Amino acid sequence: MEVAGDFACFTRPEMKVERVSYDVMTPSAARSVFEAILWKPAIRWEVKRIEVLKPIRWISVRRNEVASKASVRNAQTAMSAGKGNLALYVEEDRQQRAGLFLRDVAYRIHAELVPVGDDARSNPAKYREMFQRRAEKGQCVNQPYLGCREFAARFRLVDQPGDEAPAIDETRDLGWMLFDMDFTAVNDPKPQFFRADMQHGVIDLTKAQVMG
Amino acid sequence: MSLNNRYDFVLVFDVRDGNPNGDPDAGNLPRLDAESGHGLVTDVSLKRKVRNFVGLVKGETPPFDIYVKEKAVLNQTHEKAYVAVGAEEELKGDKKRKGSGDTVDKARQWMCANFFDVRTFGAVMSTGVNCGQVRGPVQLTFARSVDPVIAQEHSITRMAVATEAEAEKQQGDNRTMGRKHTVPYGVYVAHGFVSSFLAKQTGFSEFDLDLLWQALEHMFEHDRSAARGEMATRGLYVFKHDSELGNAHAHALFDRIKVARKAEVDVARSFADYEVAIDEANLPSGVTLIKRV
Repeated sequence: MEVAGDFACFTRPEMKVERVSYDVMTPSAARSVFEAILWKPAIRWEVKRIEVLKPIRWISVRRNEVASKASVRNAQTAMSAGKGNLALYVEEDRQQRAGLFLRDVAYRIHAELVPVGDDARSNPAKYREMFQRRAEKGQCVNQPYLGCREFAARFRLVDQPGDEAPAIDETRDLGWMLFDMDFTAVNDPKPQFFRADMQHGVIDLTKAQVMG
Repeated sequence: MSLNNRYDFVLVFDVRDGNPNGDPDAGNLPRLDAESGHGLVTDVSLKRKVRNFVGLVKGETPPFDIYVKEKAVLNQTHEKAYVAVGAEEELKGDKKRKGSGDTVDKARQWMCANFFDVRTFGAVMSTGVNCGQVRGPVQLTFARSVDPVIAQEHSITRMAVATEAEAEKQQGDNRTMGRKHTVPYGVYVAHGFVSSFLAKQTGFSEFDLDLLWQALEHMFEHDRSAARGEMATRGLYVFKHDSELGNAHAHALFDRIKVARKAEVDVARSFADYEVAIDEANLPSGVTLIKRV
């Protein structure tokens, strides 16, 4: 798949009050692009390779945001009492947050569809073709995005990876990056990290060591 | 009635002698893409106007209440009866979620049923459980101007001061200066997406969708202020897909709407200086173009 957009923000977990993006797309963000096109409980996407197609460039944007989240307790009280004041007043609860986002990005992302359910295991081709059909036609469950929903992604299925433009010629150690969240404990997901090593614009995740 | 189609839309709006969206980082100058000089309006700025419009039209009562409010609109703490129509049934016929998510799920559905903006744009419910969020079906992007815009700075004076101390400092002259920033003229384009799958999860209906289109058409007419100047929606082009998944790539559809300055115009100062070219030839099968404005 090739994904591109004007902006992107793959937020670093250690800097998320004033969001700062990673230099490149995280495997977890790449996975969600695939999932936006096709996902069933019977399958899992494993991201294998991320190719960076455009130079890494930045933009800073500051926005007004609210500080609080909706409270479940208040909603429940209002539900049982039949009345209550649930609104969030932005004037009282305002935070200005700057974000350091990526601009003008394009990536070629490679992933493998891994069957986990019985049906998918016996018939993996069905899911593969379903994905291919959807991606070719531009179908999706929701529009894929680059880290945050306001940064919508253009996507295109790459049929012949050999015919495509090469990745940027840049070799850099990107340090520790988020690999994905481990959802085996549903109520307490744990982040996993890996050492991102970009070789000529390519991050090979099959070689990456993932640490919990 | 839930949605059964995917929609992608293009919103075209303009500003004349106003500041469509100030940048808090740059002393409230209009937002600019520093590299290209194009003007920007954030997605959240547009969503704020949709919220205000719906709040105005529907009087902020369930099921069209607005969760994220501006204090200026409503200052009194009011206690409203939250008679959620149909919410009770939804509460009973609730599927159980794994773990402690069950009550959260009920609360979430109830919030969706009562608040238009939660249903439309989603909201984060603080739960400690990772799944306690609502992802709304409507996704908006930053709006970007068609041409580079210039920001003008105007110095203005006022003939009164706020405090006595200020008056004393000026020895009774009582005149101070201020500043305002405007864009002389700019046409902006934003893209948006509506996912019917997410709409089903939040209960975003055909009626809500129509309300959203209305809001996008008329929101600037109810957002007049000294800072904004004259803003207006100039185009709302909706691509309706026959299927839920969609029948074509969104970016390919967006490319069919081209807004450009007319060749003979050097300096654009009105929408008449621009031309909207819509390529309706060979629309992908299953996609209809609805021109709302």
